[in-house]
Amino acid sequence: MRRLSDERTKLLFEKLSKFIGPNVKLLIDRPDGQYVFREHKERVFYVSERLLKFAESVAPDHFVSLGTCFGKFTKSGKFLLHVTALNYLAPYAQFKIWVKPSAEQQFLYGHNVNKAGLGRITESTPKYQNVVVFSMNDLPLGFGVAARSTAECKHADPLATVCFHQADIGEYIRNEEGLL
Amino acid sequence: MGRKAKFSASEESRRGKGKKAKRQKEPEFRIVDSGKVEKLGRRAKQRAAKRKVKELVKREKKAIKNKFAKQREVEDELKNGIEETSTKRQPLFEDSDASSAEDDASYEEPSGSFKAEASFEEDENDDDDDVEEEEEEEDGDAEEDECKVGTLDDLAVDEDGSGAEEEEEDEEESYDEDDEDDDSDEEDDDDELPVERQAKRLKKEQELEAKLAKEEEQMQINVVSKDVFHFPSETEIDEPIAITDVEQRIRDVLMVLMNFKQYRDPEKPRTEYISLLKKDLCTYFSYNEFLVEQFVQLFPLTELMDFLEASETQRPLTIRANTLKTRKRDLAQALISRGANVESVGKWSTVGLVVYESPVPIGATPEYLAGHYLLQGASSMLPVMALAPQENERILDMCAAPGGKASHIAAVMKNTGTLFANDVNKERARAIVGNFHRLGVINSVICSYDGRKFSEVLKGFDRVLLDAPCSGTGVISKDPSVKTSKDKQDIQRCYNLQRELLLEAIDCVNAKSPTGGYIVYSTCSVLPEENEWVVDYALKNRDVKLVDTGLDFGNEGFSSFRNLRFHPSLKLAKRYYPHTHNMDGFFVAKLKKFSNIIPNSTKNPEHDNTDWLEAKSSDNEAEQEGTQSDEKQEESKEEIKSKKSEDKGVKQKKSKKSSNVTPDKKKQNSNLERNESKGVKKEKTKLKNKKVNGKVDSKEDTKQKVGKGDKKKHSKNVGLKRKGKNTIDNAVDDQNKQVNGVQAVEKQSKNAKRKRKQKDLKRLSNKNDQ
Repeated sequence: MRRLSDERTKLLFEKLSKFIGPNVKLLIDRPDGQYVFREHKERVFYVSERLLKFAESVAPDHFVSLGTCFGKFTKSGKFLLHVTALNYLAPYAQFKIWVKPSAEQQFLYGHNVNKAGLGRITESTPKYQNVVVFSMNDLPLGFGVAARSTAECKHADPLATVCFHQADIGEYIRNEEGLL
Repeated sequence: MGRKAKFSASEESRRGKGKKAKRQKEPEFRIVDSGKVEKLGRRAKQRAAKRKVKELVKREKKAIKNKFAKQREVEDELKNGIEETSTKRQPLFEDSDASSAEDDASYEEPSGSFKAEASFEEDENDDDDDVEEEEEEEDGDAEEDECKVGTLDDLAVDEDGSGAEEEEEDEEESYDEDDEDDDSDEEDDDDELPVERQAKRLKKEQELEAKLAKEEEQMQINVVSKDVFHFPSETEIDEPIAITDVEQRIRDVLMVLMNFKQYRDPEKPRTEYISLLKKDLCTYFSYNEFLVEQFVQLFPLTELMDFLEASETQRPLTIRANTLKTRKRDLAQALISRGANVESVGKWSTVGLVVYESPVPIGATPEYLAGHYLLQGASSMLPVMALAPQENERILDMCAAPGGKASHIAAVMKNTGTLFANDVNKERARAIVGNFHRLGVINSVICSYDGRKFSEVLKGFDRVLLDAPCSGTGVISKDPSVKTSKDKQDIQRCYNLQRELLLEAIDCVNAKSPTGGYIVYSTCSVLPEENEWVVDYALKNRDVKLVDTGLDFGNEGFSSFRNLRFHPSLKLAKRYYPHTHNMDGFFVAKLKKFSNIIPNSTKNPEHDNTDWLEAKSSDNEAEQEGTQSDEKQEESKEEIKSKKSEDKGVKQKKSKKSSNVTPDKKKQNSNLERNESKGVKKEKTKLKNKKVNGKVDSKEDTKQKVGKGDKKKHSKNVGLKRKGKNTIDNAVDDQNKQVNGVQAVEKQSKNAKRKRKQKDLKRLSNKNDQ
């Protein structure tokens, strides 16, 4: 359990700001107490300082998890965001995509979203912008990357991909071991 | 409008013959001497038949009416209060009687000419009309009774028109006197609609049927009892029989046992019946003998079959709404919109839902994945409700995987405070991670320690939930492998572990917590040895008391079971059974810690540890054949006990020990003694050496022994255990290497010094804690 190095902090915040933009600072400056990012075995946990105090008495060998796991640093030195971070990404997301109920299941099995399944999209989404995917009744389903801008989407072929899949809540079942 | 008050009466009066009928000319009959009509048209015949029926009905009714009137009179006489009405009534009745007498007179001439009769009838009708008129006049003070009397007459006269056939049926149906009485009742409220009358008749029929059925049942019972179950001979018992026959035999034996005096075979004792029952239950439900034995002892015979049968069927699928993300009502709506049929699990739970059927897999809906609910048995919500976590508390779930109860705690705390979710198995602890993230629990630390050593990590929790690992005898419907896989030793292992865990859980709690200081102990087993006995052990060894669980249903815990006597407050614990509560078999007990002092177990702990299963088996020696393995076990136990006693008798140990210690060891020991001057230190090293011996002898023994020894020393030193391990390892290494004793001794003495320091530190910290 240790603080993130400056380099890694930068990586993490860059990644987060791709989804939630300037809202990143809302994660740090919270009215309900200090929240911090901590790293353990390449995993990044987001946790309140109060909880951290208790967690420090747990030996590293026996430590499993703490607060919310946001993701991990890969071997190539990049930061990989896990679906577990969705709870914090969804409310602050700047660009969103809503998928139709018929395409929900497809997305939850790890597939991309195509034009036919696209229900709504945030106005003026640029191409390759990181987006959070919602169902039509505003249930956060996961996140990904917009394959086309909003304008392009309007004229796209029904089978054309509009959003590349990155993570979805289906992973809670499909990939339980990979969550940490 | 003025007539409205007498509405019913006037209506009744109109039901008489119409004017047309009166004016009609009377039919002419020519009658031969024999009484037969000479020549009649078809219509005429029908009319004649109707008339006859009418005659019969009238007569009967008259008779009944007379009877009834007399009864009334008697009643009225008894009632002195309202004499006026009675006097009013009497003349009326008399009138009707008189008219009836007239009628009788007219009808009691079967051989008389029909013509005459017909004329009579006309007269009579006139009379009736007169009566009606009179009544109407009198109706100024219309009383219901009077109306009724009037209507009776009317009906008697005119019923033939519409309901003659019905009346016939009525007569046919009046088999016996009872029914006639009923008829009279019917007459009493004769102003009912025909539908009502039919309903009454139906009711009557049903009653009769029920009566007959009852008699039949009685007969059958008698047949069964007559055909008394005769105890199979020994060869018959050994023969394999069809499963249906086994079932029949189980029922027979149960019946005999429930009414033993009556049905028993005088030459067979009860034990033989019971052993036969057990054997059959084993075959029928495919249990092993040990478990059936336990259940037979646990449940009364009336419940035994219910329990075993309920253990075969699945419990309803229940889910728990995650209040961190949604509300129960919204969730129910969302699921219903997906076509599922859900309902609240009961008034006792604000978060539980039962899913009756669902076209989509309920464990893979987007709502599930988004963490709006999780699949959780109804019984699993109980311990958390008993724990009653408060916001901003520090709570520990010792055996948390897969995190259902722990996430429930977090939801109740609304993600405030601190929740430690611990599970010894790291792989299973990962399941907690998944569930917590899915459900949005953020106030938790997940770790994987051995629960028996958790107080070394952290203490001072406000509440602790211990959902102990158990034999799973309450959830046989979920995991049928329990039926055959558990035996005496498994249960023993379970309750030993549970005791250690419970004591540790108690040690983790801070008794001085302003809001808490509670421990909830729960298992999904129904056996008392894993439940009440464990709690009783904790009551004896720690400063805790049982408090009410706050659950308003469930059976009381046992305060005694067979040869065991528990603390009477164990009645405050709650038990749940599949057959009575339709949830998994479960046990919940809530303890309150009232002091942080860990009492020195001055009581003989061995007394507690006596294997009561053994005692039980000795109870039933006839049934339980002492197998070799059992004997072995006993032997090993004896060994352990003797070792324990060695542990206690500190001084005497030396000589004993020297007998079973290798010469090398002896050297070490002697050197030790020389090197170390302090007695306490010596004792401890000896203890450790003992442990080493144990390890060398047999690993299983050590395991148990270490556990027990730890418990005993618990008050003194917690950290010692950790050190103890090091020393054990060191000592073993030394033995293996066979290096000269001096080096070993040096090491040992170093260790001892370190240990002493550690101990002092611990003492200090303990003092600070308290």
